[in-house]
Amino acid sequence: MSVHTHPRADSSSSTSQMGWRRADQRAGWLFITPAFLILLIFLVIPFLMAVFFSFTDQRLIPNPNLPTSFVGSRNFERMLGDETLHRALINNFLFALIVVPTQTAFALFLAILINQRLRGVNVFRTIYFSPVVTAMAVIAIVWSFLYNPGEGLINAFISAASFGQLGPYSWLGDTRLALPAIMLMSIWQGVGFQMVIYLAGLQDIPEQLYEAAQIDGANRWQQFVSVTLPQLRNTTIFVMIATTILSFRLFDQVEVMTQGGPEDATMTTVLHIVNEGFRTLRIGYASAISVVFFLIVLIISILQRVVLTEEGQV
Amino acid sequence: MAVTTYQSSMRTQKIVRLMITYILMVVLVCFFLFPIVFMLISSLKADEAQVLRDMSSLAAFIPYGTISLENYQDVFDRVAFGRYLYNSLVIVTITVSFGLFFNSLAAYALARIPFVGRRLMLAIVIALIIIPFQAIAVPLLLLVNQFPWFDGSSSWIDSYHVQIIPFLADAFSIFLFYQFFIGIPKELEEAALVDGASRFRMYWQLVVPLSRPIFATVAILKFLQYWGEFLWPLMVTRGDDFRPLTVGMQVLFGQAPLRWGDIMAYASMVTIPVLIVFLLFQKWFIQSVASSGVKG
Repeated sequence: MSVHTHPRADSSSSTSQMGWRRADQRAGWLFITPAFLILLIFLVIPFLMAVFFSFTDQRLIPNPNLPTSFVGSRNFERMLGDETLHRALINNFLFALIVVPTQTAFALFLAILINQRLRGVNVFRTIYFSPVVTAMAVIAIVWSFLYNPGEGLINAFISAASFGQLGPYSWLGDTRLALPAIMLMSIWQGVGFQMVIYLAGLQDIPEQLYEAAQIDGANRWQQFVSVTLPQLRNTTIFVMIATTILSFRLFDQVEVMTQGGPEDATMTTVLHIVNEGFRTLRIGYASAISVVFFLIVLIISILQRVVLTEEGQV
Repeated sequence: MAVTTYQSSMRTQKIVRLMITYILMVVLVCFFLFPIVFMLISSLKADEAQVLRDMSSLAAFIPYGTISLENYQDVFDRVAFGRYLYNSLVIVTITVSFGLFFNSLAAYALARIPFVGRRLMLAIVIALIIIPFQAIAVPLLLLVNQFPWFDGSSSWIDSYHVQIIPFLADAFSIFLFYQFFIGIPKELEEAALVDGASRFRMYWQLVVPLSRPIFATVAILKFLQYWGEFLWPLMVTRGDDFRPLTVGMQVLFGQAPLRWGDIMAYASMVTIPVLIVFLLFQKWFIQSVASSGVKG
């Protein structure tokens, strides 16, 4: 009897292990199914649709008299002559070119400032972060009041600071000033986020590195260059990639404050996509721009990662 | 003598540096707070002419004249503010809470359950992070425009679910959860496994309680994102019934007569509650942002 029970016990324990593994297969797929199903339907399929539509003349409301047809690369050829799109791309690049370094440097500066052991430093940290919790589409309207031509608060400030020499400017109405004005408010709203990421990075730097640098006779600036900056390399890569991608997603502020004007001075790629696809209902063309937009974001993130990583290794 | 003068000059230097630091920090406070203070003070000035008069001087920051909540009353009279607020709360609450569940469950499977295809699914999640929502918004609009719903309608346009369901899963949230879960010691689960606990019980009773920080992180990041969401509700809402606060603001802004006092009252009612929540939980907010940047 006992001889029989043993193998049985053995086999039952091995089937229970096999059962565990089988149960794991089921559990694994079961657990990821809700999230992956939603990602498939609402992210992957629309993405594939964008690629597909970019070769068609699809419209938002299908017209039975004008069936959707393939147009080959016509949408992409049309982009070559679309001056609004060119302006939008230039604006996105300008925005990234100016805002990314400025905001990154400003964020690092703020982080170093509030990383000191000073009385009340947490209050300052909280205040600098507070614009981050405001809703951009709402606070942008407040800013458009501050940018009021002539009488606005920002004009009054500049006039007072320059003893009446400068201004008043028509911030959002001037083709040269509208984009910088939007850059300024974007930095105001976003820099606190990066500041906190930098703060976390700063607090991870081992104190001994600074002590060693001090023994070597390094002054504060030398410590910053030889210890702080290299130690923050990964943080900087993350902050810069994230800010660059956000620059290319620019929409809320321009939609609310300028609708891309004056004369496309603040037109952005996303706003152009929305205008073409949602307002003019040209889904095919909007999809083609979306595909290009995606490729640009993809290439930038890859390029930036490669360049920054190489620089760090030299 | 020489030593004491050296010391005292060091001390003066220190004090000067400290003073400069504080002056700098206070100037920065002005930079970050002036739009918010301006908004709040202007919202209390019932006399629109005074708002316009004050906007070009420091008077904009002083609550004087006819101080009242009249502008706030105006907002409720002119637009369906209560409705917008309710809509925003419904959309954000459901999206964030269900999103936490679905995304953490998926991340738990990816981090901990050895199933065939796990690596591939993880790679897919990471690849999906790069797709910007703005690039798929237009085809997504076309898609949901033709989706049926249980109530018999043939389109999702102008509803709550069109603003909720597409965002219940989020690749970046899954990634954040995944990174946290792989750091939890395996021994705890192995003990539970021997006890014969099911995977779901391990997730629910073991992993979730251990992972409160990452749940708070994702909840806060996603709350801020959906609370401020503008592009998508602009595209999929037609009337007041399902509009969130961000789109409602444009309704008020586009309505004649343009009254800045009312606009500021609206903006204050959107901003101040979130600011208060932020002040109460600021440590969590700041930690969550910090951990969103944790990357190798």
